[in-house]
Amino acid sequence: MNEQAAAVSITGVSKTFDTGVTALTGIDLDVQPREFVSLIGPSGCGKSTLLRIIGDLIEPSSGSVEVNGKSAHQARLDHDYGIVFQDAVLYDWRTISKNISLPLELLKWSRDRRSARVKELLDLVELEGFEDNHPWQLSGGMQQRVSIARALSFEPSLLLMDEPFGALDEMTRERLNLELLRIWEASGSTIVFVTHSIPEAVFLSTRVVVMSARPGRIGGIVDVDLSYPRTGRTREDPHFFELVTEVRERLAAGGADVLLAEEAPS
Amino acid sequence: MLGMASIAVERPRETRVEIAARGAKRVLLVLVGIAVFWGLWEGYRWIGERAGITWPFAVNEINMPHIHEMLRALTKPLQPGGPALIQLEWHWALFTAKEAVVGFALGGVIGFGLAVLLSQSKILRRGLLPYIVISQTVPILAVAPMVVVGLGSKGVEPWLSVAVIAAYLTFFPVAVNTLRGLLSPDPRQLELMRSYAAGKWWVLWKLRLPASLPFLFSALKIAATASVIGAIIGETPASIQDGLGGAIVNFNQYYSTGPENLWATNIVCAVVGLVFFAAVVITEHLVLRRAPEHVA
Repeated sequence: MNEQAAAVSITGVSKTFDTGVTALTGIDLDVQPREFVSLIGPSGCGKSTLLRIIGDLIEPSSGSVEVNGKSAHQARLDHDYGIVFQDAVLYDWRTISKNISLPLELLKWSRDRRSARVKELLDLVELEGFEDNHPWQLSGGMQQRVSIARALSFEPSLLLMDEPFGALDEMTRERLNLELLRIWEASGSTIVFVTHSIPEAVFLSTRVVVMSARPGRIGGIVDVDLSYPRTGRTREDPHFFELVTEVRERLAAGGADVLLAEEAPS
Repeated sequence: MLGMASIAVERPRETRVEIAARGAKRVLLVLVGIAVFWGLWEGYRWIGERAGITWPFAVNEINMPHIHEMLRALTKPLQPGGPALIQLEWHWALFTAKEAVVGFALGGVIGFGLAVLLSQSKILRRGLLPYIVISQTVPILAVAPMVVVGLGSKGVEPWLSVAVIAAYLTFFPVAVNTLRGLLSPDPRQLELMRSYAAGKWWVLWKLRLPASLPFLFSALKIAATASVIGAIIGETPASIQDGLGGAIVNFNQYYSTGPENLWATNIVCAVVGLVFFAAVVITEHLVLRRAPEHVA
């Protein structure tokens, strides 16, 4: 693998579905190794579609995607990325350990190696003691952490996350945001993160990619120059609010239906 | 940092006393159910005879023998000096059960195999499913003699032909339900497998098969009773005298002089069906350990 290669390199990607709907047009984006890039935009802007194209789960109509300097297809075959969906997508018939080690079974890891790795991951996502439980015995937030542990299990260099905390309540979400940053720093991976929450995007990311809809395109990129490690205090930093406002305004400029300060009822 | 450990819902472990109490409650419920049925039967007979009910059928000794007489018939010999009816029933039941077990296994394997095959291709589903459905619209009474005569001419023993008929009734629910189970994983679960670059067999083995198990077991419950019915019906055209089907035909001919014998045989048939059903339920409990709401 080329050390200099971008983690993700998207060139001129467009996607038109069989239904004739154009989901994406003219997307160019590079994500450097160890970056945390969020894709944000109104529904219908194609952010989840873009994530799936990066993961080679769907194919672009035109343009190309490279992951770690190879085609997205080859990267998928090489297990270069792990993916986390909005739902945890755990298998009910498997215990928590067995859910986490599912990809490791495919990679033919030995039983001992698998259980050692699962132990590490349970420690990482702070679910020690739940290895023999079944998914339905865990809360939504805990299930999502299992899903993250599973995605990280085979140490992919790239983590694709599709609104992973979208279904969780605000408090759980903020707690998992903190935890995700800790995991990101500990694992040294690159993260592409789809969200529809502006504060979440700003809080987590090194860069926020603002997308607009119909057809989906990149409306602007906001560099988030808040220092790490970010904590609960970061959310109270005046600069955090400035960046949130900047993202909101860019969303509005792209035609998104967001409430701007001057329009707010007094 | 999170302190979320307490959020997990642990199902409290039952004590031995609680398990015993639950078991006793179940047994009691079954007994109450039998008592209620018994009461309704005898009550209807009692009222019907006095009120002279003739619709939908005349209530009398022949149409509605007393339940205690059915049970007593089991203890009496059919011919003077012969063995008690229950002993004969036991041998008939074993014979029919043998046909049903073989039919159940055969039908189960064929149905499961078909489901796996069909799950792999939409074209196969489009092409084959209609014929599988049509196979079940043909009356079993029409198929049974053909099977018995056809296989018999190839030197297959009659009881095995009957097992094939039982399999004919069994494979269908297994195929249809298992197929539904194999196709039940949602798009996310399949996308996850795709993200791992998992091959078809791996998806089948790690995702589709486990996801289909609850569906398979619902099908096996239907198949369990269907295989017993298939075996009983299959014996009729095969003129097999050694099973419950043969006994039913026989007692039917002497119904007006001894209706309780036929009824007693019906009870034995029901018991065989229940035993089959229970065997599947117990197996299901041993195999599936999952959320209560996921047990089909």
